[in-house]
Amino acid sequence: MPCAWQITPDMKSPPAPPLAVDTVHCAGEGIAIVVARDAASAADAADAVEVDYDELTPVLDMEAALADGAPLVHPELGTNRNALWVFDSGEAGSGGDVEPAIRDAEIVIKRRFRQQRLIPAFMEPRSVVVDPTGEQLTMWSSTQIPHILKTMVALTLGLPEHKVRVIAPDVGGGFGGKLQVTPEEFLAVLVARRMGKPVKWTETRSESLLAVHHGRDQIQDLTLAARKDGTVTGLKVELMADMGAYLRIITSGIPILGAFMYCGIYKFRAYRFACTNVFTTKTPTDAYRGAGRPEATFAIERMMDELAAELGMDPLELRERNWIKHEEFPYPTVAGLTYDSGNYEAATAKAKELFDYDGLRAEQRRRREANEVVQLGIGISTYTEMCGLAPSRMLGALSYSAGGWENTSIRMLATGKVEVISGVSPHGQGHETVWSQIVADRLSVPFEDVEVLHGDTQSSSKGMDTYGSRSLAVGGIAVVKAVDKVIDKAKKMAAHLLECSEADIEFTHGKFTIKGTDRGVTIQEVAFAAFAAPNYPEGMEPSLDSEATFDPENFSFPHGTHLCVAKVDTETGWVRIRRYVCVDDIGTVVNPLIVEGQVHGGLAQGIAQALFEEAGYDEVGTLITSTLADYLMPSAADLDPERVAPCFPGATLTSASGAEFAGTVQIRLGPIALQYRGSGRFTETDQAAHRSVIKATGTAAGGQGTAAVTVQTSLVEDEAGTAVTVATDLTITGKPAQFGRGLIEDVSRKIIGQFADCLSASLGQAEGPRQQRRHRRSSASMMR
Amino acid sequence: MTRLTVMVDGVRYVDDVEPRTLLAHYLREKLGKTGTVVGCDTSNCGACTVHLDGRSVKSCSVFAVQVGGSEITTIEGLARDGQLHPMQQAFHDNHALQCGFCTPGMIMQAIDLLGDDPDPDEQSVRAGLEGNLCRCTATRTLCVPCLMPRRR
Ligand code: FES
Ligand code: FES
Repeated sequence: MPCAWQITPDMKSPPAPPLAVDTVHCAGEGIAIVVARDAASAADAADAVEVDYDELTPVLDMEAALADGAPLVHPELGTNRNALWVFDSGEAGSGGDVEPAIRDAEIVIKRRFRQQRLIPAFMEPRSVVVDPTGEQLTMWSSTQIPHILKTMVALTLGLPEHKVRVIAPDVGGGFGGKLQVTPEEFLAVLVARRMGKPVKWTETRSESLLAVHHGRDQIQDLTLAARKDGTVTGLKVELMADMGAYLRIITSGIPILGAFMYCGIYKFRAYRFACTNVFTTKTPTDAYRGAGRPEATFAIERMMDELAAELGMDPLELRERNWIKHEEFPYPTVAGLTYDSGNYEAATAKAKELFDYDGLRAEQRRRREANEVVQLGIGISTYTEMCGLAPSRMLGALSYSAGGWENTSIRMLATGKVEVISGVSPHGQGHETVWSQIVADRLSVPFEDVEVLHGDTQSSSKGMDTYGSRSLAVGGIAVVKAVDKVIDKAKKMAAHLLECSEADIEFTHGKFTIKGTDRGVTIQEVAFAAFAAPNYPEGMEPSLDSEATFDPENFSFPHGTHLCVAKVDTETGWVRIRRYVCVDDIGTVVNPLIVEGQVHGGLAQGIAQALFEEAGYDEVGTLITSTLADYLMPSAADLDPERVAPCFPGATLTSASGAEFAGTVQIRLGPIALQYRGSGRFTETDQAAHRSVIKATGTAAGGQGTAAVTVQTSLVEDEAGTAVTVATDLTITGKPAQFGRGLIEDVSRKIIGQFADCLSASLGQAEGPRQQRRHRRSSASMMR
Repeated sequence: MTRLTVMVDGVRYVDDVEPRTLLAHYLREKLGKTGTVVGCDTSNCGACTVHLDGRSVKSCSVFAVQVGGSEITTIEGLARDGQLHPMQQAFHDNHALQCGFCTPGMIMQAIDLLGDDPDPDEQSVRAGLEGNLCRCTATRTLCVPCLMPRRR
């Protein structure tokens, strides 16, 4: 399997066959191929394959993997170290040396952060169909990178490139996870060629979670040097990045993309970044959601908070002291990039106002002082990110083996309709809509008259595909340039038709007119004339078709201020986001609805990293989060903003008659939210003795598990007041059971406590010190 | 093989199916109704949601042989006379999708949700969509179509 990013000349690259040969290096690696007429028979046949494994020692911990005498993932390499990659501002000339900065600092902050391993978990599992029977071998793949895949299939399997056609039809999400050429794609080609007929491979979700490359998985050691007034003077980053068992297409380069982002939006002038890439016996890592850059942003933003806490300063003020002011752009950073523009003051001021920053800080202080159970946490990120991954020379300087230009062609059809052939193809980003908007707007043709063709190497022959926030910033500019070429040519043609000089022609509202007159021709008329071409100017070729390739000089640097306040129950660990405000400067917004959806989706995945997701391994190296019941992707319910909690937490009665009732109850366990729909009845009520027994059962929405509960309540008058005693027995199955008995008991105790309070209140006995409450017993049992 | 007679999207089908065949696979592979998609193997994602006699079910957790005599509606049976179902239209109008893979299931579930409560608030919508996962947008945009009655 190919790796296209040799980050250092001495980088160690183990052989990576698409099927394991002799040794399996990680769970999820293929060992045999079964071909059958249908998926069910193939699964039966695969079950019949017996494998006898000799166990090897797993290598799961990066630090242990680097120790002398550690078991080796690939003994032939003689080490588990893939590469050491260093950027030093002193050596690069972009700043000073970091060691003196640390030595002379008034304050030094050292922290270690762990970026847990994540799984892209796009909703559509991967699938490949290969048809070897035509003149060209045709491959349909759920991929982000049809063009790169085509070239890689040709290079790796030795097929003539012009005999390969790759089609990426509508692709169900990627997030970097489908920025890959995978063993399964190559194997499908080999099998199809061997069989001489089309084959199809589709993974199950469990296979997907196990075998699709993972993301993140880094240990970040940071040392920040600063003065007592809060001015940061230097940063040293020592990174360990888990490659997993093999290098995939850009595995080794992902962590070094972060090297350029650790300085964030700040002006300190001494910086050193050293990244050690490590092999382990886990699934290979590669691009996922920002790929190396969000990891850096998290770390520097966290360090700013740590420094602020150390100095007793407001973390936003501390940031402002250090960030680049809007009048200082373009700004060459200590990491060697030049930021073109930004206005961090404006974004932050706006965000603070929308968020009610001062009010929330005051509330936070009040809760701290009162030692309340529920505390507020305020999170801040003032970020920028190198986006529009393109500048080919810059990528080349990083030893990346491909450029990042982008290509668009425009076909002006005889009838005035327009085909736009785009080298980037979407997997949810809305290119078809946005490209059509750009073209319709610039050419003044109806939106419906524009068709965007993409994702097929036959129609769109050139492209570098979709990743690295590059589609609109790079591909979109190629569209603009191609349209402008059409207009330029059409102007010549119009002048010829109108028998005037080109300089006298102006193009407005889809019409070329002679300035100062109403004589003109529409773009559609010009397109037809140029197509039919019975009469066209000397030196011009017929047809208005055009092609443009755009390769920018620099990355783009969108930025923003994100503020989040979360309520944290210090007894149960329950976390709920109360307000999240982001003010992003992302440049020109072509389609606000699409932007909103994209931003929300990005936030959801970021919040998910903070609260929900981690790819977990057991001690022998088996992925334990290999289903969506274990790998906790949040749903809309998990991300709802706060609402006022009713008296009985989360419960709504939908019907009640006699002793029977039905309703829903919403509970939260740690980060997850579950709504149970169920029914129950009072199995015993003894009015005189104030005793009742309720039995209820429910099913969590979306089949996430079941719950059964028995609640016995009794009210006893004594001299101190009314004692409410509540005993419960709770049995739950499914998603929440994984949180373990401790948390469930805590949560149920709390819910029951609130229930008892509510009961007391509804009995009119809640007021004053006379009220007492005792919880005799609450127990929880769990089944998975 | 078991004989199955079922109405799907208004058409009566009679087929011999293996008892282990899931409804999702029957719809996709036997009937070619690939609008109903499969996103997981543990009934968590909801991508495969269809209506079984008017109520939403995850078609990956029902055997085909269980639906004999029933009426199934898939995403492909919602439009009438070339007109999108109002919920499909609401998803379209509000751009409540990105890659679209979760969308068939989301729409089927959203219709069921409004069947229970024609005028839900945002929290009920979120709770009602809890069993449907969307990796692309996951948040407010998904809820907007169901909230349309309140906005009118
Ligand atoms: S495929 Fe049915 S719930 Fe995921
Ligand atoms: S739109 Fe992509 S998973 Fe929902």
